[in-house]
Amino acid sequence: MIPVEYYIILSAILFAIGVAGVLVRRNALIIFMSIELMLNSANLAIVAFSSVLKSFSGQVFVFFVIAVAAAEVAVGLALMVEIFKAKHSIDVDQMNSLKG
Amino acid sequence: MHLSETATTGYFFLAPWLVFAPVIGLLVNIIFGGRFSEKVIGTVASLASGASFVVSVLLAWSLAAGHGAAVTVPFLEWIHIGNLELDWAFRVDSLSTTMMLVVSGVGTLIHIYAIGYMHEDVRFKGDPGRFRRFFVFLNLFIAMMMILVSGDSYLMLFVGWEGVGLCSFLLIGFWYDMDTLGRPSWANSNAAKKAFVTNRVGDFGFLVAAFLMFWAFGSFQFDEVFEAAHAVAPGVIVAITLFMLIGVAGKSAQIPLYVWLPDAMAGPTPVSALIHAATMVTAGVYLITRSAELYTLVPQAQYIVAMTGAITALFAATIAVGQYDIKKVLAYSTISQLGFMVAAVGMGAFVAGMFHLVTHAFFKALLFLSAGSVILGLERGHHHAEHSHHEQKSKGKGGKSKVEGGHGAHDRHEEVFDPGDMRNMGGLRKTMPVTFWLYMIGTLALAGIVPFAGFWSKDEILLDASLHYPTVYLLLSIAAFFTAFYMGRQIWMVFFGEPRHEAAAHAEESKPIITAPLMVLAALSLLGGALNLPFEGFHQLGHWLEYTLHEVEALPLDLQVAGISTLLALTAIFLSWLIYGRNPLKAGQPDPLKKPLGFIFTGMENKWFVDEGYFAVIINPFKRLSYFLADVVDWRFWHDWFHETVIAGTYNWLSNIGLNLYADQKGIDAFANWLGTATQSLSATLRKVQNGFVRSYALSVLVGVVFILGYLILKS
Repeated sequence: MIPVEYYIILSAILFAIGVAGVLVRRNALIIFMSIELMLNSANLAIVAFSSVLKSFSGQVFVFFVIAVAAAEVAVGLALMVEIFKAKHSIDVDQMNSLKG
Repeated sequence: MHLSETATTGYFFLAPWLVFAPVIGLLVNIIFGGRFSEKVIGTVASLASGASFVVSVLLAWSLAAGHGAAVTVPFLEWIHIGNLELDWAFRVDSLSTTMMLVVSGVGTLIHIYAIGYMHEDVRFKGDPGRFRRFFVFLNLFIAMMMILVSGDSYLMLFVGWEGVGLCSFLLIGFWYDMDTLGRPSWANSNAAKKAFVTNRVGDFGFLVAAFLMFWAFGSFQFDEVFEAAHAVAPGVIVAITLFMLIGVAGKSAQIPLYVWLPDAMAGPTPVSALIHAATMVTAGVYLITRSAELYTLVPQAQYIVAMTGAITALFAATIAVGQYDIKKVLAYSTISQLGFMVAAVGMGAFVAGMFHLVTHAFFKALLFLSAGSVILGLERGHHHAEHSHHEQKSKGKGGKSKVEGGHGAHDRHEEVFDPGDMRNMGGLRKTMPVTFWLYMIGTLALAGIVPFAGFWSKDEILLDASLHYPTVYLLLSIAAFFTAFYMGRQIWMVFFGEPRHEAAAHAEESKPIITAPLMVLAALSLLGGALNLPFEGFHQLGHWLEYTLHEVEALPLDLQVAGISTLLALTAIFLSWLIYGRNPLKAGQPDPLKKPLGFIFTGMENKWFVDEGYFAVIINPFKRLSYFLADVVDWRFWHDWFHETVIAGTYNWLSNIGLNLYADQKGIDAFANWLGTATQSLSATLRKVQNGFVRSYALSVLVGVVFILGYLILKS
């Protein structure tokens, strides 16, 4: 059986990649993908703990996270489409009309 | 209360109703009077005053049943400070009941008369709305007068004293926005002011006397004061009695404070009769009689009081000779008769003084009210004449003299008719026969002709004077001579001869509501002497008052004194007939006395220039002083210099330097400004963080999360 540390380390690596993606990339779609990556890294950690602890509540939790992520993506993509319609670009650095 | 107590107490428990009956009357008229007709208002007021009279009668009856022992009816606690215990208590003794009977009796008759009089007066003056107000004031006066005569301490007496002064002021200024002829002016309210201010001078004397009393005896209560009076130095009593005399001079119109009374005739005639002849002005006489025990201790003060009264009696009588206004003559006559009373009580002849007070209340009220009837008769005649004039004019309108007629109408408006001026009268004997006979009775009573009331009372005073004070006797005899003379002059001028004005020619007799009370008063003037006839066994008033006043002398009739006074009166009346009756005055003719007497008559006509003298000596300098105080001291020095320059200037300077420059500008302002600038610069810095790049926000979230998690992990 693969020790739980491995899962945690993989999860951390995935999360770090996701964070880096959010911070460095300007394309909104890529940022969304990075956010998904971060969510799934968390899901990975949760199910890993769930299997270690022999508890199903972690798996139930993950289902919820997946559902929320799906909803989030639906809203987010809709926003993207609208922004693209207005600006013909989905570069997040150009979405700065609300700055102080 | 068990039976025996009821028997001894009689009706004394009713005493507060003396005051409260008229108070209820005036409240009813104030609250509901707006919906009442004039008759109801007058009836309510008369009933209220009549209730007071009934109570007075019951009190007198109870008192007689109890053999005149004075009764004090406590009513309520008023002032309790330290040892001073002042209660409102009603003192019922033979002296106060005598006053109560006169005040409420004559007062009720005058109320009834006023229903008829004011009904016409308010219409001639053109403001019927004031009818109700008049009766409210009249009831208030009765209530106040009852407080005055029934109080059992000097302070309670003073409450009533001030109260009647207020009513006098209100009623003199009843037609406050016009003069006596109804023209717009402040003459009447000035007369009211004069009466009030002059009375204040007198009240000051009364107050000083009361303070001295409290200082010397520690009490205001009559009995306690009289008891303590024997133990103190006579000097104190002299001071008290003389200061009291100032109060008496103010209220009872004696020299030098009498000047307000003639002007007080500005009030409606019932007021002149009730307040300024029969009752209020006699309050001073009552006060001296009440303080008899103080006055008898100090003969010096008694002498001064007697001389004041005697001089006033003569002085006012001379002025009355030169007056043309029917009410002014009676006003000076009142002053003169008050002088008789004050002289009497000053001489210690308290019974004679009170006797004259009572009879005077009857015949002077009668005279004033009859004079009111005459005035109304002339007003009616004037209206009548005006009316017929208009008719004549409208008839002759189509004729030739249209311009002349218009001119005549203009003239008639220019000429103001004075219904009180005796020069406008004459011949009223035929047009107003009832009033004439009533006036005649009053005149004979005032002149002192046997057997009218005035003869007996005046004679008693003269008799007392002839025994003890020859100077007073001389002065009073001359005054009595003048009295008969000016009354004769008035009778001849008003009722005899030919009418000197068309108003007099058309004068109409008054209604029964006016003449009926006069008939009662006439009967009293005729028979009032029976109260105290100078024969053995007939000194009822003397015996009655003896319950209260001690050592009453019951003098027998002295034929010499009575004979001289009657002779003087008859001579005076004959003389007045020679001058005014034999050759009646013609319209526009000057007074026949003017030529032979010259400047003396001018003096009488102008009241010996006393008013002018007071203006020159007291009032004008006082006004100048007040102007000086107001303008120079108060305004320029106090306001302009001291307040504006010194206080406000220093304050401004201090606040400018100390507070404005340093504390405010450099302290508070600087701090507030710094706060603003600091906030601005801080926000300028912070604004840079808000750069609009989503990724940098995400970075800060990350940094924050890392920081918080790091902290939480490292902490444990």
